[in-house]
Parts: sequence; C-alpha cells; structure tokens
Amino acid sequence: MDLTLNHYLVLSAFLFTVGVVGIFVNRKNIIVILMAIELILLSVNINLVAFSVFSGTIAGQIFAMLVLTVAAAEAAVGLAILVVFFRLRGDISVESIDLMKG
Amino acid sequence: MEVIAFWILAVIVGASAVCVIAARNPVHSVLFLILSFFTSAALLVLIGAEFLAMLLVVVYVGAVAVLFLFVVMMLDVDFVELKQGFLSYLPFGGLVGIAFFAEIALVSFAGAADDGARLQPSPGADTNAEAIGQVMYTEYFLLFQVSGIVLLIAMIGAIVLTLRSRPHVKRQNIAQQTARRRSDATELLDVERGKGI
Repeated sequence: MDLTLNHYLVLSAFLFTVGVVGIFVNRKNIIVILMAIELILLSVNINLVAFSVFSGTIAGQIFAMLVLTVAAAEAAVGLAILVVFFRLRGDISVESIDLMKG
Repeated sequence: MEVIAFWILAVIVGASAVCVIAARNPVHSVLFLILSFFTSAALLVLIGAEFLAMLLVVVYVGAVAVLFLFVVMMLDVDFVELKQGFLSYLPFGGLVGIAFFAEIALVSFAGAADDGARLQPSPGADTNAEAIGQVMYTEYFLLFQVSGIVLLIAMIGAIVLTLRSRPHVKRQNIAQQTARRRSDATELLDVERGKGI
C-alpha cells in the first residue's frame, strides 16, 4: 500500500478539528486559543502541500508559504495585543476583555 | 515502509496536538506545539516537499513558538484558574469536533478519492527548492512582495503596540542640546559691592 492523498487529508482534517475543539474548550485562556489557531493554520498548510505534491502543481506550495507568512504576522500582532492588554488589566482572561461592551 | 513512517508521525502529530489544547500548563502547551510543528515538517519531507518543511521548522519552531514561549513566561498569570470550565465545555466541543471531523473525512474520501496520483513534489525541476524558486520570482512575484509588506506591517504594528513612553525617564535630546546658546544658560549681572544678588 502506497502513501496516498487521503492519508494527508485525514491527518489535516484531524488537526483542524483539534484546533476548532481547542477554541471551544479553552474559553478562558487566550494564549491557548492563539495556539489552536496556529494548529488550524498548520493543518491548512499540510492540506495545501499535500494537494500540490499529489497533483504535480507547484502553486500549492507557494500558497502554503503565504499562509505561513500570515500565520507569523498574526502571531506577532496577537501576542503584542495580549502583552498590552495584560499591562492594562493585569489579567488575560477572555471574560475580562469587555472594555468595548461589544 | 513510507506508510508505516506516515502512521508513526501522524500519531505523534495528533497526540501532541491534543496535548496542546489539553495541557494544564501553557508552557507544556507550547512545547507540544513545537513537537507537532516539527513532526509535521517530517511529514512534509516524507512526500518530498523539503523546502516547505524547512520553512516550517525555521518560521514556526524558530520564531512563532519561541515568541509564544516568551509571552507565556513573561505574563504572570494564574493559569490554573484559566483552566476552569474545561470539562464543562468538553461535551459540546467534543460533539462539534466529531461532527466536523466526520464531515471533512467524508468529503475527502468521497471527493478526492485516490486516482493513482503519484508524488510530484518538484515538477519541472531537479529539486523542490528550485521548482519553487522558478515560479516564485516570476509568476507569483506580486504575492511575494505583498507577503513582505504583510510582515512589515505586522512588525510595525507589534512595535507600535508594545512601545510605551514612560513620563519620568530623563533622556538625552540631542536637538535641544545643540540648539542651546550661551545666552540661554548664563546671565551676566552687575553685582553691587557689599551686597548679594
């Protein structure tokens, strides 16, 4: 039995699901929510690369690189906001992020 | 042989991803995140996408995960308290997760069935990096530039957000220093003899 596209698709579906469930169950800890988002982006990357390799078009790998860029930028800005918020409130609980009453 | 390697690596990735969201201590979460990134890089090497695998190690493990580690260690928060409510959300989250996974797995088995496609990690080139380089600076040059701008804006944003000006710190102001004249600093007075000023 050879390695097929389905192997990678199932793995990335599992990673995506774990990321989504991580956002659900860690309702209070915003750092773990950010990590769950990183997991989701990782699964997207695996998906893109797997499709690219198994279909013989290089474009998927280029797009995986763009996703990587956006993930890095998102982590940097998200953590910067987190640090500023902690400095203001002394707390990073998601429930206390209600300054805007949204 | 490759399938065995795939399953070993896939089990490691899945288990460490579950540990990321279930670990009690966020430092452990970050370490499991690093493990899952690293093992995913190994999975990409397995299908020949070496360049992306190395990029994953450099960018995720080298930059993003270490950034997380810094922030987790910098913030002095009671993380046990933040873990409250994990079990109460678990049934709902698990239900959503099972539905989600079933749907995606169903679609990938029904739609993208194995049509005997073989591995082609680097079409039209000898190495994977060469194949990417051939199109990245020609066909996708605009996207490449835009991703550079995204990173620049993220960097400026992070600096602007975390920069703070403390009011009571004395700093050297060179413009003020060089603009200073003798008349600003000294005053000549005619003091009468026998009296002070």
